[in-house]
Amino acid sequence: MSLKVVSRNENDTIVLQPARGWAGLNLRDLWKYRELIYFLTWRDIKVRYKQALLGVAWAILQPILTMVIFSVILGYLLNVPTDNGVPYPVFSFVALLPWQLFANALQRTSASLVGNANLLTKVYFPRLVIPVSAVGAGLVDFAISFLVLIGLMLFYRIQPTWNILWLPLLVLLALLTAIAVGLWLSALNVQYRDVQHMVPFVIQAWFYASPVVYSASIIPSAKWQLVYALNPMAGVIQGFRWALLGTQAPDASLAVSSAVVVVLLISGLFFFKRMERTFADIV
Amino acid sequence: MSNIAIRVEDLGKRYRIGALAQRNDTLRDQLVDVGGRIVRRLRRRVDSTEQAASTLWALRHVSFEVERGQVLGVIGRNGAGKSTLLKILSRITDPTEGRVTIRGRVGSLLEVGTGFHPELTGRENIYLNGAILGMKRSEIERKFDEIVAFSEVEQFIDTPVKRYSSGMYLRLAFAVAAHLEPEILVVDEVLAVGDAEFQKKCLGKMGDVAQQGRTVLFVSHNMSAILRLTQETIVLDKGSLVLRAASPEAVDYYLSAGHARAGERLWEADEIPPEAAPFRPIALRLRDRRGAVVDTVRSVESFTVEVEYRLTAPLTGLRIGLYLYTGRGEPVFTSFDTDEAAMFEQHTDRPAGHYLSRCVIPADLLNQGRYTLGINASSYHIKRYFEDDQALDFNVDPAGAPGMHWAENRQGVVRPRLDWQIERLA
Repeated sequence: MSLKVVSRNENDTIVLQPARGWAGLNLRDLWKYRELIYFLTWRDIKVRYKQALLGVAWAILQPILTMVIFSVILGYLLNVPTDNGVPYPVFSFVALLPWQLFANALQRTSASLVGNANLLTKVYFPRLVIPVSAVGAGLVDFAISFLVLIGLMLFYRIQPTWNILWLPLLVLLALLTAIAVGLWLSALNVQYRDVQHMVPFVIQAWFYASPVVYSASIIPSAKWQLVYALNPMAGVIQGFRWALLGTQAPDASLAVSSAVVVVLLISGLFFFKRMERTFADIV
Repeated sequence: MSNIAIRVEDLGKRYRIGALAQRNDTLRDQLVDVGGRIVRRLRRRVDSTEQAASTLWALRHVSFEVERGQVLGVIGRNGAGKSTLLKILSRITDPTEGRVTIRGRVGSLLEVGTGFHPELTGRENIYLNGAILGMKRSEIERKFDEIVAFSEVEQFIDTPVKRYSSGMYLRLAFAVAAHLEPEILVVDEVLAVGDAEFQKKCLGKMGDVAQQGRTVLFVSHNMSAILRLTQETIVLDKGSLVLRAASPEAVDYYLSAGHARAGERLWEADEIPPEAAPFRPIALRLRDRRGAVVDTVRSVESFTVEVEYRLTAPLTGLRIGLYLYTGRGEPVFTSFDTDEAAMFEQHTDRPAGHYLSRCVIPADLLNQGRYTLGINASSYHIKRYFEDDQALDFNVDPAGAPGMHWAENRQGVVRPRLDWQIERLA
């Protein structure tokens, strides 16, 4: 909540009064509730894989089938060029991993507040816990798909580069992008339920704006490359190809992408904090 | 200040009625609404009455203090502001004005089983629910066995809770909540659930909490529980604090006519479906023996239920039905205004006009608890004009009922005063 905590000493004194304008972020409160984030993420994962066999199968099948479709239509029929002549299946699968992680996280985050309305109206905890804990569940799917990728790379005899060590940071960047945008969308969704109809479209448009099925090198000049990198997922996906397939390093793009994420995240946090004080009243 | 756990100063909470009754769920609605407002504004200046009508003070100018270790009761009719007060104190919603100072960790129980997931097992839900209520993982682990024992669902602890009976579910949910150990506990009506045996256990647990010197704010419709657990009680009415007194005095004040108002359901024109014509419901009311409209009646006194309605055209064979349900939805009885053959003969044809159908519910009939009244207007085998299954909620207070000298909950829906005889045979 945006309750202004005027003072909080060892005695845990809390002052509740009307908050006006922009509230402080109070991220320390979020840290205090880290166990709740853990348990809510754990709940989402548990529930998702409760019918175990089917759940895991889908996590593998979905990216594989998507990759097959892309490879047949775009790689084989349309002959879309890849970077460094990497086989199209690997080329698209490497991009699909972060993309699906991101798309999944964004979708869950946007719906998270409305989906947990019963918690919002009955218990206090920092409201940020809800969207933040919505992103984690997709990591299990990501890990499973990653195993498939390893198989695929072995099959095509592609050696990853040492840059693979950067992958965790790239994954983090993808998740932060999802949280940043998800903060805006989830808070808006509480007030305007149209948002949940808008999200699939946003994700679809974003997909075409990201170099998943094509190479970012088709963007003409270096100047336009930087404009293109305003889409953080462009930086993330180029980073993935660089780390795993040894394509050209996206240094400048990644810097721009990271900066955009930071701006989106901070503005999203403030917007969320401002909106959250009415969540319980209108959700 | 050091001995004050909660200080509430001039607290107020305003809701926009628009946000409550006709929420703008979509951007389109919002745009239409904004358009309408501009048009209205152009037509005539927005006067202050219109502004006042679109907002509602659920709570206003409320000030009180709770000392450390005190158990304070909060009573008031539905809509008096009790829930709003609890929501502010539990930090779920912001106050609109005033301020609250709280010293100590607050745990709130506005509902049991918040966040329970049907697919997860009892064990998993204990952890999840505990974390949601603000317990640390180590704390849950330490109390796990105790929680399971209290809930009496040991055998099913690894079964998904969707397979639990509603009783088991509630027991487990309450067990987790009961093991929360905050310095300040805010409790709303959670004891109104479960069977009588379990309610007793819960009341016992609440009593323990109070004994341990923790500060408790206890909201309830159950006057016996208020009397048993609290020494002092505040009475809220229409968002204001009207009395703070020793609990017996506060309960008396609340139950005495006039302060338990609101036992009334009014139907606005837009709530009545067009098919209802020519029947137009106006109001359903509950009146105590003295004729005051109340939402809490006493088990030991008779009360009146009245249905006010209008017929815009003559009707043949009309009967007004009254349905009484327990708070859990089990039917108690059904009765029609023309159940007596003679009444039916006399009122077979009702001309257009303004009517009142009323009946008296006798004293010593209903047991304590919450009840729901539904009404219906129909012509037998011809047409059902109107129906509202949950028109009005009310409470029955057991004060003075048979057996009240034993502090235990009586099972059953009825609480008759039976004519017992005791004979010595040898």
